Amino acid sequence: MTKNGAQVVSWQSCVIEEIVQQTPSIKSFFLRLAKPFAHIAGQHVDVRLTAPDGYSAMRSYSIASAPNMSATIELAIERLPDGEVSQFFHGVAAIGDEIELRGPLGGHFLWPDPVMDPVLLIGAGSGLAPLMAMVRQRRARAQTVPTALLLSARTAEDVLFSNELHSIETDDPAFVLALAITREEPVRASDFARRIDVSMVQEVLARLRGRPTQVFVCGSNGFVNIATDGALLAGLDPSIVKTERYGG
Amino acid sequence: MVTRGFTGRGSGDQAERIPPGQHLVENFPVLSAGPTPDVELSDWKFTVKVGPDSVKIWNWSQFNTLPKTKLTRDIHCVTSWSKLDTVWEGVLIDDILAEAGLERPTDFISAHCYDRYSTNVPLADLITGKAMVALKYDGQPLSPDHGGPARLLVPHLYFWKSAKWVNALQFTEHDEPGFWERHGYHIYGDPWREQRYTND
Repeated sequence: MTKNGAQVVSWQSCVIEEIVQQTPSIKSFFLRLAKPFAHIAGQHVDVRLTAPDGYSAMRSYSIASAPNMSATIELAIERLPDGEVSQFFHGVAAIGDEIELRGPLGGHFLWPDPVMDPVLLIGAGSGLAPLMAMVRQRRARAQTVPTALLLSARTAEDVLFSNELHSIETDDPAFVLALAITREEPVRASDFARRIDVSMVQEVLARLRGRPTQVFVCGSNGFVNIATDGALLAGLDPSIVKTERYGG
Repeated sequence: MVTRGFTGRGSGDQAERIPPGQHLVENFPVLSAGPTPDVELSDWKFTVKVGPDSVKIWNWSQFNTLPKTKLTRDIHCVTSWSKLDTVWEGVLIDDILAEAGLERPTDFISAHCYDRYSTNVPLADLITGKAMVALKYDGQPLSPDHGGPARLLVPHLYFWKSAKWVNALQFTEHDEPGFWERHGYHIYGDPWREQRYTND
């Protein structure tokens, strides 16, 4: 996938197997693939919806699940106020529905293989999805590379995959979880009660064992700009920072 | 395949202007693969190269003495948004090449950028008024988010070809894949033929 290989990534039909309300605005959709594929954490799929009159709408969604053998992938879809596709998923889509998608796609925002050096992940909202695939892939492969996840959310209940992240943090001393909660007081003293800034990135870097050589940032464009500014002011080199920005 | 229960917004009366798989937006989304570089006008330079050799270099004020052209075009991002009637002002590639005294040393161009991004475009898609180095969007200097001080504008191809923060055009012997073209995206990127990914 990452090279100009001969592989054609064709459309396929998948079936919604399970729907889980993860936060007030984000639902997970577990999709069973007709033609299973092995993806790399960080990759996305394109999803296509078609109306009876032939009109179709396509959007890209990051895969939140780690690569596995189950032929089921997880997408974490946030309901956007004006989103014709996200509104469909939140308001209409039901278990058993068939959805068209193609993937895995994208060859840049990828969990390193092999992964040797510390990694810093920064995300907000459903921007956690590709980062979660990385955290899950790291865990599934029992990788011990020091990894920090700095995750911004409005309130504690807006934190996607909260229970899973806390349990990984408890189990794994090389995994650092830091929450930036912007609209209420965080529960844990180690979390932050403000938007991401340079001193926050510095503090998270201090908790990470070793200097990261790869930084992945995912969220809205405004968030990504603030987070990458913080990372660069904290002394990280722009060439190691990969971004994925939502929009459109 | 019709999706149960999906009607969507439809393309309305602009349908014939929207390539397959695209949807209209009113805003102007920002997508880029890394941090936004901070390019000072006093440091800005633009180079035309043939292979490894620099043929002509302009600084910001020199570049701004080149003839300016306004283009109003529809643009199409591979992430599926399209935006109609966007208004750009800048220097046509024709005028840049004329000033550099070059006609057609090779058939292919690599565009290079301040953030080390690159993209490849056949020369034929850049000349005869098709493309420019844009300095303004909607009457205003280009913001850093949208590629300022200067970006390539190749509006008839998917918008990753319109490289932000461009600082060089290089003639190459062959069509050399650029950043996204090496990372799974199509070598040419025609939105009307939905050339999104490598083998589309």
